[in-house]
Formats: sequence, structure tokens, C-alpha cells
Amino acid sequence: MKQAIGRWVIPVLGGLAFVFLLVPVAYVFAYSFNDGGRANLTWQGFTLDNWGNPCGAPAVCESLANSLQISAVATVFATILGTAIAIGLVRYRFKFNATANMLIFLPLATPEVVLGASLLAQFLNVGADLGIGTIILAHTMFCISFVVVTVKARVASLDSRMEEAAADLYASPVQAFWRITFPLLLPGIVAAALLSFAISFDDFIITNFNSGNVETFPKFIYVAATRGIPAQANVIGSAVFLIALVIVIAVQILSARRAKMLAAR
Amino acid sequence: MSLLATRRQQQTGAGKGKNGRKRNKPEDFRSPGEVAADKRKSHMGYWLILPGFIFMLLFFVLPVFSLLATSLYTKPPGADIGQFAPALQFSNYAVVLQDYWAELIRSFGFALIATVAALLIGYPMAYLVAVRLRHRNLLRGILLVLIIAPFFTSFILRTQAWKQILADESLVVSALQAVALLPEDGRLTATAFAVVCGLTYNFLPFMTLPIYASLERLDTRLLEASSDLYSNAFTTFRRVTLPLSMPGVMAGTLLTFIPASGDYINAALLGNNQDTTMIGQVIDSRFFRVVDYPGASALSFILMLAILALVTLYVRRFGTKELI
Repeated sequence: MKQAIGRWVIPVLGGLAFVFLLVPVAYVFAYSFNDGGRANLTWQGFTLDNWGNPCGAPAVCESLANSLQISAVATVFATILGTAIAIGLVRYRFKFNATANMLIFLPLATPEVVLGASLLAQFLNVGADLGIGTIILAHTMFCISFVVVTVKARVASLDSRMEEAAADLYASPVQAFWRITFPLLLPGIVAAALLSFAISFDDFIITNFNSGNVETFPKFIYVAATRGIPAQANVIGSAVFLIALVIVIAVQILSARRAKMLAAR
Repeated sequence: MSLLATRRQQQTGAGKGKNGRKRNKPEDFRSPGEVAADKRKSHMGYWLILPGFIFMLLFFVLPVFSLLATSLYTKPPGADIGQFAPALQFSNYAVVLQDYWAELIRSFGFALIATVAALLIGYPMAYLVAVRLRHRNLLRGILLVLIIAPFFTSFILRTQAWKQILADESLVVSALQAVALLPEDGRLTATAFAVVCGLTYNFLPFMTLPIYASLERLDTRLLEASSDLYSNAFTTFRRVTLPLSMPGVMAGTLLTFIPASGDYINAALLGNNQDTTMIGQVIDSRFFRVVDYPGASALSFILMLAILALVTLYVRRFGTKELI
């Protein structure tokens, strides 16, 4: 009897934890179908109108467009700069290796308010106009660290004998990189880019400090929260959730298939 | 020339791993061409990291110094709103500490409770997926996606959902009132409980994933060995499982505590404006509502230093080397 209880403690606790984790997501979904009008705080009845007209509430889609644009640009910058750093740090040794690693790690260990506030202090001191440009710079900064950490793991697990073999077969370093190293790193780079995009898209605190009058999607929801968030925001939130889920599952399946293919060769 | 180049490379320790071994060979094994190629390669390394590091210097290191400088600015008499003059006014720190020490301590208190709660919830979750379901690949994959699934919806929308879950007429509140855990006129929304609950919820995946990563590598034969040696489940957990998952617990607690102590979305959406105010809200309002840049900068700097100090103490006390 006692043993049976012991066996079930972990599944029950773990299962409850999953419920805790997912109930709010279910709420976001459910309230995207609520006929609640502008406030959308209490359940008023089922409707599909919000999904039929996702741009129905004022300024929702403008802020979404800004967010998509910012995240896309910041992701491209951060992925390029971060991947180069990751390859450099793993493959080459520098005098200041420890300092370099620290410089990458520190933004991850600093609360967002401090990152946001220090960038704002900087932009105020140099007299920069706050707007889309400053948001992109801020997002690129904190995404670089995530890219480096993600890609570094991939570079470290790379078998350098592959590149040596390419060199033995008279490939130039550039050829060896683009034909051998880069394809092997690609899954890590894609994962890092998806991660940056997700983090950048959902960021509120750093954005709020450096955005001036520009509305991003999270900022729109935060400002709307005092008066009541329109159901259209829930529609977009749920749609983003579904798209991200599809991408993650597709990436998983593709990488599993790729691994199988490589193993079969 | 080639000798000089090699010595310099050995000093800087250019290359490592498999390449490093090649470079440490006596130099007569290498042709001058190879030496030159190696030297080019180490230059290549600098070119790879340079652009990113210049970016980080400009938009991370320099801003921190900018923050420090701004925190010491002074407001000249008769200046417009938002006009400050460079100075070394250290009294800014004393003023904000005196005004906001309560919010600072409360932030760390809330973050600490949320971290402990996330650990208690996240550990069984990670154990279930990493150890109990180790051989059920499909189920494990699905559950892993579910752990990160909340990140796919907006942080603020999920926090708003907690506001609805804990609202006065909600199921949770009526249920708690029915079993008399909550008085009839008691409420959960706009309380410290709601804020801590939101913090725990929002940072739970940051706790679960690192613990999962270290439990995934746990050799289950060690658990069998432990029970063969007559230890009960609890002793096995305390003496074998927990110590082996410590790197994950360390990383998870830091990844939860640091963002939680600076967060203000939860306090703003789930709290009231009196006894749940966190330091992030104060920094935000001193920047944008009060337009007191030096005060806000001083508070940010204090927050950063306090977190660095706490984290250093914590890592010294419990830490392992394989943190990063």
C-alpha cells in the first residue's frame, strides 16, 4: 500500500504542475471566443466574430505589424553576430576568453529592468530619438546572448575531423565552411533564430523603456489591460501560439528525419 | 619569423581541442605554409567575434556606465522637467534607498518565495518527464513541448488570464470559500498571493528545463544501487538524485530568481498599488511619470548590485563549477 502511494506521488504532482502551467493558456484561448466586447474580463457567450475580424479592435494590427518587423530585423542581426561569436569562441582561443564569456553571460544574469533602464540612460545621454530603431538595437543586444549560448553548444559538439577531411580533399577554408561546417551547424542556428524571434516578439519591459511612442503588441496589451483587453488580442495571441506550435513540431520532425538520413549514409 | 609566430601562438594558446594538439607539435613538423595558415586562422577568430563584441560594448557595457553616470546627475535650480546636469551627487542613492527600501526588500522576498514555489512544482515535473518517462519517447517529446508551450502565448495575456482565474467571482475563489480556506469576504485578486502566484507561474519553465536537462543524464542504475543498499525512496532522493541534479537546480533557481526580482508586469496586473509594489514598478514610474532620471538610474544600479551580490553569495555557498 505504502509503495503504491510512493509510485503515484510523482505522476500526480507532475500532472498537477502541467495543469497549473496550461490552464492560463486555455483561458487565453477560451476568451478569444468570448462575446465580451471591449472589456473581455468575464464570460459573456460564445462567438466566432473575433476570429473573423482579428483587426477589429483599434490599433491591434498596427502594433502587431510593428512587433513582427522589429523581431524579424533584430533576429537577423542577432543570429549573424551571435553565430559568428559562438564559432569564434569555441574554435579559437583568445587571451581574454573568460572576459568574453562573461560579457555574453552578464546580460542573461541582469534583470530586464536594469537592461532597459541602462539603455534608456544611454539613449537619453546621446540624445537619440526613441522609436523602432532603438527597440531593434535593444532587442538585438539581449538576443545575441541567447544565440551565442544556443549555437555554442552545437559548435562544441561538432566533429572537427569533418572539416579536416574536407581540407584533405582540397577544399578551401571557405568551401569547407559553407559545404561542411554551416550545414552541420544549421539546426542550432535555426533553433537560435526561433528563440530570438520568440523572445523579441514577447518582450515588454526592455521595449517599454526604449520605444518612445511606438506601440508593440505586448505594449498594446499592457496599456489596454487597465481598461480591458479586447478579445482580438486573445485571437492574435492564440494564433501565434498555434503557429509557434506547428513550427516547433515541424522542426522536431525535420531534424529527426535529417538525423536518420545522415545516419543511413 | 616562423619561430616567432609559433611562439606567439603558443603563448596566446591559439586553437584548442583537436587543432590545439596539432599546434603543440614541435614546429619542425609544420611547413612555414602551415604556420602562416594557423596564424591566419587565429586572425580569423578575431574577425568573427569582433563585430558582435563591439555591438555588446556599445549597447550593454557602455549603457551600464551611462546608467551609473546618470544616477549621479543633479537637477540644477530652475531647470526644465527632464533637464539634468552631470555631477557626482551621491546623495541620490541615499534618497532613493530611504524612500524605496521597502519595495526593494519586498521584490527580493516575492522573488524568493516564487523561486521556492517554482522549485517545488518544477522538480517533480522535470523528474516525471526525464526519469519516469525516459523510455516513452513520444510522450516525453509531447510533454517537453508542453513545458515551453506557455512561451508561445504572450506573457502579458497569460498574466491577465491569472487575473481572471483569481477574480472575485471565479471558480477558484468560490471553491476556496466553500471549503472555508478563504473567508466569505476574502479575495485573491489584488493581493500579494496573486503577485507571487503570477511570478511562480511565469518563470516555472525556466526552473523546469535546466532541472530536466540534468535529470535526463541521471544514470538510473545509481537509484537501483541505492535501493539495493537498503535506502528508502526518500534517502535515495536526498543522497543520490538531488546531489546529481544540483547543477540544474542552481541554474533553474538563478533563472527564476533574477528575472522575478526585476519583474513588474505581475505586480502591475495582479497586485494593488499599496502593499504589493515591486521595485521595477518604482523604476518605471520614476523614469516616465516623475521624470526623475537620476533617482530611477540609482535604483536600477542598486538592484543590479544587490542581485550580483546575492547571486555571488548563493553560488559560493551551493555552487558547482559547471554553471554556464
